[in-house]
Amino acid sequence: MREISYEKIVAEVARLCREANYFLGEDVTKAFEKALADEESPTGKGILEQLIKNAEIARNEEVPMCQDTGVAVVFLEMGQDVTVSGGALYDAINDGVREGYEKGYLRKSMVEHPLQRKNTGDNTPAIIHTKIVTGDKLKITVAPKGGGSENMSGISMMAPAAGEEGVKKFVVETVRKAGPNPCPPIVVGVGIGGNFEKCALLAKEALLRPIGQPSDDEYAARLEREIFEEIRKLGIGPQGMGGRNTALAVHINVHPCHIASLPVAVNINCHASRHKSVIL
Amino acid sequence: MTKKRLTPPLTDADIENLEIGDQVLITGTIYTARDAAHKRLVELLDEGKELPVDLKGQIIYYVGPTPAKPGQVIGSAGPTTSYRMDPYAPKLLAIGLKAMIGKGSRSQEVKDAMKKYKGCYLAAVGGAAALIAKSIKKAEVIAYPELGPEAIRKLEVEDFPAIVVNDCKGGDLYEEGVKKYQK
Repeated sequence: MREISYEKIVAEVARLCREANYFLGEDVTKAFEKALADEESPTGKGILEQLIKNAEIARNEEVPMCQDTGVAVVFLEMGQDVTVSGGALYDAINDGVREGYEKGYLRKSMVEHPLQRKNTGDNTPAIIHTKIVTGDKLKITVAPKGGGSENMSGISMMAPAAGEEGVKKFVVETVRKAGPNPCPPIVVGVGIGGNFEKCALLAKEALLRPIGQPSDDEYAARLEREIFEEIRKLGIGPQGMGGRNTALAVHINVHPCHIASLPVAVNINCHASRHKSVIL
Repeated sequence: MTKKRLTPPLTDADIENLEIGDQVLITGTIYTARDAAHKRLVELLDEGKELPVDLKGQIIYYVGPTPAKPGQVIGSAGPTTSYRMDPYAPKLLAIGLKAMIGKGSRSQEVKDAMKKYKGCYLAAVGGAAALIAKSIKKAEVIAYPELGPEAIRKLEVEDFPAIVVNDCKGGDLYEEGVKKYQK
């Protein structure tokens, strides 16, 4: 068994929390530039220019791009030949989030009870998704997720008869209804298949793919292109003030499902599409 | 396009001069409040009590900033999604609030209240929080410090950039803008 120390995990998670909030991904920067060149609306162009400038300030001054530094969503791919020394893995993740959000001057946005709503004060607990894989490495991805875009997400348990057309309609309609609220141009993560909770997770994982990289599944890749074109016709545009660039990308993940089911989830991410990873 | 200047406190005439799509630059004092602060303000109004700040002619910015780093006036400070304040906004417009800054659509009730009381809704660019913070020159918590990022702050701003989404004539940039580019 290969050992990774508790302290190492804390330090890496803290760093990822800060960097995901300060440094816009290169794929997103490229997508902004592409959208700026393509955008028909002068207001839309002005907004994209502001977003590019904002990312430069955040990077140079090491400050958060957005004041909503999000819920800390953490994806773990844990090799089955790895063990953590010095403490529990999830405690290390939460200690890392606590340190990253406190020392990184990030906003604390977690409340301890959904109805009583008292802030936990340190942005914990993180929401942690773990996969056990082969090997002796630990991959950690921190994806801070803002409330504005998360609130516009949706799920539908469709009848299989709804088919491809039903799925497309649901995704496009979710984006249309979201309008300006989730900070377009958005990234649209779609999960098709699995069951109720699996399709939601598929949709969230789809947001981690580099922007514009098509699905490995050819059928899904075609759907991504077709839904993307439909979304371009909506006219919502940057910040919803009208324009061509409502989405930077549509990413679809698929999974086998029950003979009676066609679950579909749409998880919307804002234009910052924040996530940073490390392999230990 | 020429940018219009707004210097609070605002009058009915200032608001009547605004059209959807106008770019505005705000200089002067504005106040921050979001979900929890709105709930408290409206509870005070409902009980007939005095508010911690006189909102007549004022602008409220829907924001919960990040903590300031040493040497900063305020942390990153972009707009939050406005519809969550919709249940409270008409009551604040009724007592003289003139403008709200946020992002995203407003309810019909809020749009009606803007027409009735001569108010307007401005959008700042969501996610441009580091850039927007540059136009904030002073920040001071004036009520509900226990709410942390949700406390009410008094901000001194200089050339704070925003776009008119709803004017007092019933116009809505989100609806008009989308119509223009829809295929």
